[in-house]
Amino acid sequence: MTVIRTRRLAVAATATITALALTACGGAKVGATSSGGGSSAQAANCGTFNLAVNPWVGYEADAAVVAYVAEKNLGCKVTKKNLKEQISWQGFGTGEVDAVLENWGHPELVKQYIDEQKTAVDAGQTGNKGIIGWYVPPWMATQYPDITDWKNLNKYASMFKTSESGDKGQLLDGDPSYVTNDAALVKNLKLDFKVVEGGSETALIQSFRQAEAKKTPLLAYFYEPQWFLNEVKLVKVNLPPYTTGCDADPAKVACDYPPYDLNKVVSKKFADANGPAYKLVKAFNWTNEDQNSVARSIAVDKLTDDQAAKKWVDANPDKVKAWLAQG
Amino acid sequence: MATTTTTTAVAAPRTPLLRRLGRPAQVAAVLVAWVVVWFPTHGTATLSLAPADLTPLHRWLNHVNDTVGANRNTSPIFLYFFNEIRAVIDGLVTFIQALISQEWFGRPVPLLGWLGVVAVVTYVSWVFGNWRVALLAAGGFVFFGLQGLWQESMDTFALTIAAVLISLLFGIPLGIWAGLSDRFNRLVTPVLDFMQTMPTFVYLAPLTLLFLIGPASAVIATLIYAMPPAIRLTAHGIRSVPPAAIEATDSLGATGWQRLTRVLLPLSRRTIVLGINQTIMAALSMVTIAALIDAPGLGQTVVQALQTLDVGTAFNAGLAIVVMAIVLDRVTTAASDRVRVAAPARRLRRLLVAGGGIAAVVCCYFSYTYVWAAEFPDGLDVGSALRRGADSVTTWAQNDLSGATAAFKNLVTSVLLNPLQALLVESPWWLVGAVAVGLAVLLGGVRAAVTTAICLGLIIGTGLWQDSMTTLAMTIVATVMVMVLGVVFGVWMGRNRHADRIIRPILDAGQTMPAFVYLVPFLALFAASRFTAIVAAVVFAAPVAIKIISDGVRGISATTVEAATAAGSSTWQMITKVQLPMSRQSLTLAANQGLIYVLSMVVVGGLVGAGALGYDVVAGFSQGSLYGKGLAAGVAIVLLGIMLDRIARAAQQSNKSKGH
Repeated sequence: MTVIRTRRLAVAATATITALALTACGGAKVGATSSGGGSSAQAANCGTFNLAVNPWVGYEADAAVVAYVAEKNLGCKVTKKNLKEQISWQGFGTGEVDAVLENWGHPELVKQYIDEQKTAVDAGQTGNKGIIGWYVPPWMATQYPDITDWKNLNKYASMFKTSESGDKGQLLDGDPSYVTNDAALVKNLKLDFKVVEGGSETALIQSFRQAEAKKTPLLAYFYEPQWFLNEVKLVKVNLPPYTTGCDADPAKVACDYPPYDLNKVVSKKFADANGPAYKLVKAFNWTNEDQNSVARSIAVDKLTDDQAAKKWVDANPDKVKAWLAQG
Repeated sequence: MATTTTTTAVAAPRTPLLRRLGRPAQVAAVLVAWVVVWFPTHGTATLSLAPADLTPLHRWLNHVNDTVGANRNTSPIFLYFFNEIRAVIDGLVTFIQALISQEWFGRPVPLLGWLGVVAVVTYVSWVFGNWRVALLAAGGFVFFGLQGLWQESMDTFALTIAAVLISLLFGIPLGIWAGLSDRFNRLVTPVLDFMQTMPTFVYLAPLTLLFLIGPASAVIATLIYAMPPAIRLTAHGIRSVPPAAIEATDSLGATGWQRLTRVLLPLSRRTIVLGINQTIMAALSMVTIAALIDAPGLGQTVVQALQTLDVGTAFNAGLAIVVMAIVLDRVTTAASDRVRVAAPARRLRRLLVAGGGIAAVVCCYFSYTYVWAAEFPDGLDVGSALRRGADSVTTWAQNDLSGATAAFKNLVTSVLLNPLQALLVESPWWLVGAVAVGLAVLLGGVRAAVTTAICLGLIIGTGLWQDSMTTLAMTIVATVMVMVLGVVFGVWMGRNRHADRIIRPILDAGQTMPAFVYLVPFLALFAASRFTAIVAAVVFAAPVAIKIISDGVRGISATTVEAATAAGSSTWQMITKVQLPMSRQSLTLAANQGLIYVLSMVVVGGLVGAGALGYDVVAGFSQGSLYGKGLAAGVAIVLLGIMLDRIARAAQQSNKSKGH
């Protein structure tokens, strides 16, 4: 019986293999239609461009456009590396990262890598203005118009109570990567609030989304440019206005966050080589609206980075031309 | 005055009255004393430290980190040691990637296309396991393609293979050594504890400094977490070989090598394969974290999708990780269960193995040659349906459930979590210390008490006492919830095979689905809060406890159960009087493992509002100036883990000896 079964199995196996072989014959062969990787004439003089991509959509938009132009117009081979800020800067020294496209201040990294180790250099501003501050969902600003003045926050403090803030109002903070003086601000402005560490941008966005949908109160740290503001137009609370030097002593801060001119940082080696990719990074400059439109394509319309970049580049040929002209 | 009360409590076991009351009463006495002392003393000596503040130790650790960074490119240790290790591992990973996921040198596609990979995986599963798992493997791998994630899955698979291979290359010999030598075993155990409980976020940044950004760092991060099970279970297997078998071979005059290869290894094969299985699972649970240092694969998809809170896409990729874990788990389990076939059937089998091998080679050839077998066809798409499904479930939960869940969160927080946290956090440090040492003496004896005292002292040394107490409160609440679920579902699954078959894949999913996929809806349901962190920990830890308890219940001999049934026990009596008491060992083990798993989610908790140690670690990973504090917080988590584990183990042993 075993013999019969074996034979039957063998027949079945042969049949399957033959069938597979027959279907296979019609197929296209690997390599027959290969385009040769699309290497253009300029590839040789641009070479590989290692671009750090920090984990937020605004940055992803910058990287998408710069990478698209570097590949299509300059023939560079762009390697995007998804890294947090810390590790990206660390990569300047080890030669694995050439450029960071959107830097939010980070004085400690500037000190360590630009001033002390001298492995990184500033490559100018991106043209984007970063705003940090305290925000409320739009329904609150409509219903309580005076809430956008910090002086009235204590009046509403009890509304913001949560399971985490005890008998005080909750001020929700987010990703610890960003600059925050919130604990000092609450203390120095004598606010009846407690800072609760949300711990991530995800926590902030999801909290705002839910607060607007359910019309529940929320006061939280947030920032612009940010794709989420296209979905829910958060309203900023006015803290005592920023004046130069008012944030000099972190423990005594009692004023709003300064406006940030976001800048680009590149590795010293990359800058010294002065290749086409470096020139592009140095020339790269656009507005918050530009970034928001690409970020919206990525976050809301679910385009891939390349599709989003192509859409913007096709709509803004003059800006791209201006960057390339500087190179 | 306050001190006197505690001293009495600690000295409790020596007083005859309390001894006569039995252990539960003694424990209760210590707890009552704690509350009594808490009232007059709370709020004093709590050793608090604000989130932005640092201690000299934290600053010193920052300094060490900066110095290493500054000297990286000139120091000979880097040039000749770390760089070499890195080159070897990078080479291995790049090779496997070229084989199955990335362009093979000079070809636009990998050497093996999807058909080849599916054929080889199926064939190997069948040869080492059985035809059932082979079908599962084939289905699972084809599913990756249907999800639209073939290349991402293969990148993840390649990294996992590399990390597991290296883990086994070092883990099994070390495990054998630990199995043979008591001294080495004692030496290596705390190191393994450290590797398993130290949060990955703490060593991720330093790793990229030592081994640069790239596959090598990702593989090393993975194997630090994945290697310990291979070492532990190999050692355990060798130690469990019955002494009679060893004596028998020794009396035949076998050499040490013969004893190892002929007796110890064959007899511990099942346990060693279980270790391999656990190593694979651990490696897969690192996929998303490794993506933070640019490891390619499914983790990237998850992390990227979450930047835009795209739960659908993240779920789709997370599901691929779950499927890969289930396939690899079932195949390795089948391999460990396999029995040798009888002689007449072996001839047939040999024929089939040869035939299957030829078929696999033919498939490989096709996938090498033809485009249709190399690149997974786009036409069939399950991925977008899965994405849409996950999205609509999430939206429904966020809109229609969040009212009820918020009420539940507030209830648990105010009834359970807040009082416990107040007790732990507001007590003076010496009071918590005295209570912990007292409980350790009562539950585990003097040795456990000494370990507890040392761990507590070191926690004070990290400068993060108060954060540690906050985290401890959440850990205790989460572990209690894990045990409740563990008993309910564990008993159900242990008594009912059908329930087991349906629930088990869900448990596997809970263990391997990347936490951030379900954290987004959880944030909507429970807001950014300590409770969200607790729920995330429960999702991850409950499956282990449930599995252990159900195994324990099923392990009770059939005759005992029959006898109880014959004696006319009701179902309730059967569970409470027979099945639970008899699986007491499993309950202790479940509590212990549940606790370790809860602790390993502390950092994830820090990302969703838990604050305390988890937040410290996350902040240390994000800001250079907080690096030292993050490292100290990581150490504090390890210390909490070791302390609780040693008390639980000692309690288990003293329980056992009491039973005799």
